[in-house]
Amino acid sequence: MSFERMREKLSILADAAKYDVSCASSGGKRENTNKGIGNNTGMGICHSYTEDGRCVSLLKILLTNHCIFDCAYCVTRKSNDIKRAAFKIQEVVDLTINFYRRNYIEGLFLSSGIFKNSDYTMERLVAVAKKLRLEENFNGYIHLKSIPGTSDELMREAGLYADRLSVNIEIPTISGLKLLAPDKKHEDFIKPMQKVKNEILQYKAERKIIKSTPRYAPAGQSTQMIIGATGESDKDIMYSATYYYKKFNMRRVYYSGYVPVTTDNRLPSLQTEVPILRENRLYQTDWLLRFYGFSVSELLNDQYKNLALDIDPKLSWALRNLDFFPVDINKADKNILARIPGIGMQSVSKILQARKFRKLDWTHLKAIGIALNRAQHFIICNSKDFYHKDITPYTLKNIILKTSKSKHTKYFTNQLSLF
Amino acid sequence: MNPQTILLYDGSFDGFLTCVFTVYEQKIGTPIIRKESESNNQLFTISETIITDETKSNRVWKGIKTKIPSSQQKILFKAFLSEIKGVENTLLCYIKNIFDTPNATLIDYSNKDILKISQVAKMVGREKHRMEAFVRFQRTKDDIFVSTIEPDFNVLPLLIYHFKDRYADQKWLIYDIKRSYGLYYDLDKVDIITLDFFSKLNTSVQKENYADNELDFQKLWQTYFNSVNIKSRKNSKLHLQHLPKRYWKYLIEKNEI
Ligand code: SF4
Repeated sequence: MSFERMREKLSILADAAKYDVSCASSGGKRENTNKGIGNNTGMGICHSYTEDGRCVSLLKILLTNHCIFDCAYCVTRKSNDIKRAAFKIQEVVDLTINFYRRNYIEGLFLSSGIFKNSDYTMERLVAVAKKLRLEENFNGYIHLKSIPGTSDELMREAGLYADRLSVNIEIPTISGLKLLAPDKKHEDFIKPMQKVKNEILQYKAERKIIKSTPRYAPAGQSTQMIIGATGESDKDIMYSATYYYKKFNMRRVYYSGYVPVTTDNRLPSLQTEVPILRENRLYQTDWLLRFYGFSVSELLNDQYKNLALDIDPKLSWALRNLDFFPVDINKADKNILARIPGIGMQSVSKILQARKFRKLDWTHLKAIGIALNRAQHFIICNSKDFYHKDITPYTLKNIILKTSKSKHTKYFTNQLSLF
Repeated sequence: MNPQTILLYDGSFDGFLTCVFTVYEQKIGTPIIRKESESNNQLFTISETIITDETKSNRVWKGIKTKIPSSQQKILFKAFLSEIKGVENTLLCYIKNIFDTPNATLIDYSNKDILKISQVAKMVGREKHRMEAFVRFQRTKDDIFVSTIEPDFNVLPLLIYHFKDRYADQKWLIYDIKRSYGLYYDLDKVDIITLDFFSKLNTSVQKENYADNELDFQKLWQTYFNSVNIKSRKNSKLHLQHLPKRYWKYLIEKNEI
């Protein structure tokens, strides 16, 4: 294989894979056994950052961008006139190992267009993972994106070698899916997810009895939804997400702002901007649901179908529930503290720690690093001065917006600088 | 005016702990501990050069270990590695505080010294993580994976386990150009070594010493890096925030080859 051809393939197949945002390589420890190569410490390392500020942690490529399907939102779709390429199994193995040895990457994220049929494609993805584990003694991270419609047997094998498996639902609503991906059926997504969930449960149960039970997808499964391609509301998205978290024990759901790649009257035009801010608000909501004890109906419901863009979802919830405040910093429970705008989980633990020694006042809170410009309106502490006033949510919102440095310029990161 | 005692040491952690030992042994009230390389003879001071003594430093470290949990020990060590001017004196206050408090749970972690130390340790920890990420190995003809770095703080000692665990089946060398020493793993253990080969003028492996397809893989990596960029999402500010310019020199993807 000539190096030039390899370079060309890599640029085509990396380019086609880059819109997939689930870059996280965290979770799921794997130790370096038998003096092999690599380990997975459970804390994904970003080895570099793209010019758009995204973390580069994995070699994220497609095995091939040939595809028999024609999903409207996808660059790889059959009807699109683009250069096609395919890696051989060994080529992917060599690239991964050589990049890994040079400390460029944490591991491999492998996905593929569908050639022939689902199982035929998935078999090849699994073969790459198997070779890496068994022949190269590779213990780095492997994420396989499963092909919708893959058989249960292959899903089982995939989980023996991969750390994480994902099936991307892409379109949050069934009606949207019908419109944009007519070749795909909703069941094709659900079946592999169900299989992975069952295997993980089974592994956990057996593991208790037989220590040597082979590990199954230790980093669990995740999925991704494209945002802004079908006119769905934030409520649609987050209710779907909640469903997938609960029903399939998803480790993560990723939200990817639609990047226009094609002219198609079913889709936003090519000039449409990527909804980066909206994407950021969805991630914030996701965090509130997973770590802050909010339930989805508190943040989104029939009355509030979409998240506010100018303020974060926690602040917007607080403004709708002013009677919940002020919260006493020196007395409130952990889950109550977590609901104060401007206070993140880290600050919550710091407050709990620090208030064991003394009653906290404004200076202490500042020293702990709390964003007081927001928080001060919602709390009382050991001080006679307080900022909590009886004013309308609208006025309060304007006061806060005026005093906060506007980060609401054009761009946001999905690396999440939260609250 | 009361002359102040200055204790000079060789810059090593053992050297510093030997100073702490001396402070207790000689009951010196408020000394200044400083690296020899930073000494400037001042009027009205007595300076004494402390010879590093591992029995003494071990005794101090043992004492510290019985007093505070390992997370706190790590913080102390990391803060030391910051090499920030005067850090030794903050650490001395902290250590005195530990020794004088009968029970570690009674130590007030919102105390000023402790807060400062944990802030500094955090900065050092961040630099450690950056190095774990930004080391770029180049494979040489004699089959060693070599990387040169210039970290802000002296983080090499913190990198040993990470790289040893991860790259157990390849020989590697990580060399700190700024501090002129490196870690070398020979498939068995990690040694601290110094080399004449690298200098401030000669900061990386020369191309003629590359293994056969080393250059190919560097180019493939560049190709990959350029292909994953999404132009419509360009955000230079964020890019620079994650990848500050001072690290670019050793990042293959940010250089012409
Ligand atoms: S099946 Fe996958 S690769 Fe093929 S067109 Fe649809 S989304 Fe793209």
